Amino acid sequence: MSDPHPPYLHPPYQSTPLRAPSRPLIVPAYGPDAVELSSPVFGHSELGTFDNDLTRQHRGEPLGERIIVTGRVLDSSGRPVPNTLVEVWQANASGRYIHARDQHPAPLDPNFTGAGRCLTDADGRYRFVTIKPGAYPWRNHHNAWRPAHIHFSVFGTAFTQRLVTQMYFPGDPLFAYDPIFGSIADEKVKERLISRLDMDTTVPEWALGYQWDIVLGAIPAEDS
Amino acid sequence: MNETTPSQTVGPFFGYALPYGDGPRVVPEWHPDAIRIHGGVFDGAGEPLPDALLEIWQAGPDGEVPRAVGALTRDGHDFAGFGRCGTDAAGHYWFSTLKPGGPTPYLALLVFARGLLKPVITRIYFPDEPGNAGDPVLSGVPPERRDTLVAVREHDRSYRFDVRLQGEQETVFFAV
Repeated sequence: MSDPHPPYLHPPYQSTPLRAPSRPLIVPAYGPDAVELSSPVFGHSELGTFDNDLTRQHRGEPLGERIIVTGRVLDSSGRPVPNTLVEVWQANASGRYIHARDQHPAPLDPNFTGAGRCLTDADGRYRFVTIKPGAYPWRNHHNAWRPAHIHFSVFGTAFTQRLVTQMYFPGDPLFAYDPIFGSIADEKVKERLISRLDMDTTVPEWALGYQWDIVLGAIPAEDS
Repeated sequence: MNETTPSQTVGPFFGYALPYGDGPRVVPEWHPDAIRIHGGVFDGAGEPLPDALLEIWQAGPDGEVPRAVGALTRDGHDFAGFGRCGTDAAGHYWFSTLKPGGPTPYLALLVFARGLLKPVITRIYFPDEPGNAGDPVLSGVPPERRDTLVAVREHDRSYRFDVRLQGEQETVFFAV
């Protein structure tokens, strides 16, 4: 099995050269143990009513194109991972994050924070209602722009499976210019980060729907 | 078939979304057995990272993996074993937690940051633990690098553990 993940060092992404580990990773002698092969437990009582609907967290509706993003969290054998925490965060429709250090001169939206979370259901499914994020500039290189994306954080059943990644939208013309998306060499692997427009998820007269499944890495004990 | 979804960086703008109020407070600081684990995260030039996110996951004082809900909303009673802390402007993080039980106590630690296209995973061991010498994972690390995995005791209730992502004193990270 080839490693699907990008390398630590990818010089076109200029934050990597000083932050990428330079010494070889150590393979633990007997593999990870009971702690690393388990995961924290999260419960519905810990989540708020509108945590999974980013369009209803304020008094009014946010500006932009309302969308539904849904999919399943699966393990390496294709089995659903129920009751796992999925967190998302994103820029608003103008390509601006509410984060204090985002200085992009695009408007903030008083009706949009851009953060959500949910637990997967018995079928491993997550579902968010949100706004399609805008592309935005960054200072990695001259005229650098990020393709529209939603950040995802997923737990799974083992701490070693913990995944933070980004979901992209189909056909984005900025893919070819983005060194973060481009940090993955294999075109087939890159495609796993691109959601799919889905007319069955789309709600007529209301919101376009996108499907995106998340497949977590194998747990070491499963390999042996 | 391996269709694993690849990792992408957490980026610089997670600060309003992932950290939460009691994230670093696995137990409240006033808990009689609370210990503090804290330190800095540094890049290859020795500069602190103001945009790193650290997560710990650990056994309880009984040595068992916690199965209690309550990592997001601390109830002040059950031990959920998970903590999350973003670094501050000086690259500093902290956790208030309980020392795990078992022969070789350690905390599993994940570090995410802008510039890390995937997280690094490591362990925080405790000093002066007789079990460390026979621990298979620690023993599998070259002797000259083992110290990077052992927290430094400041006083009975406080330990310092710095993370160096790159360079001479680079923290040992695991491939799992």
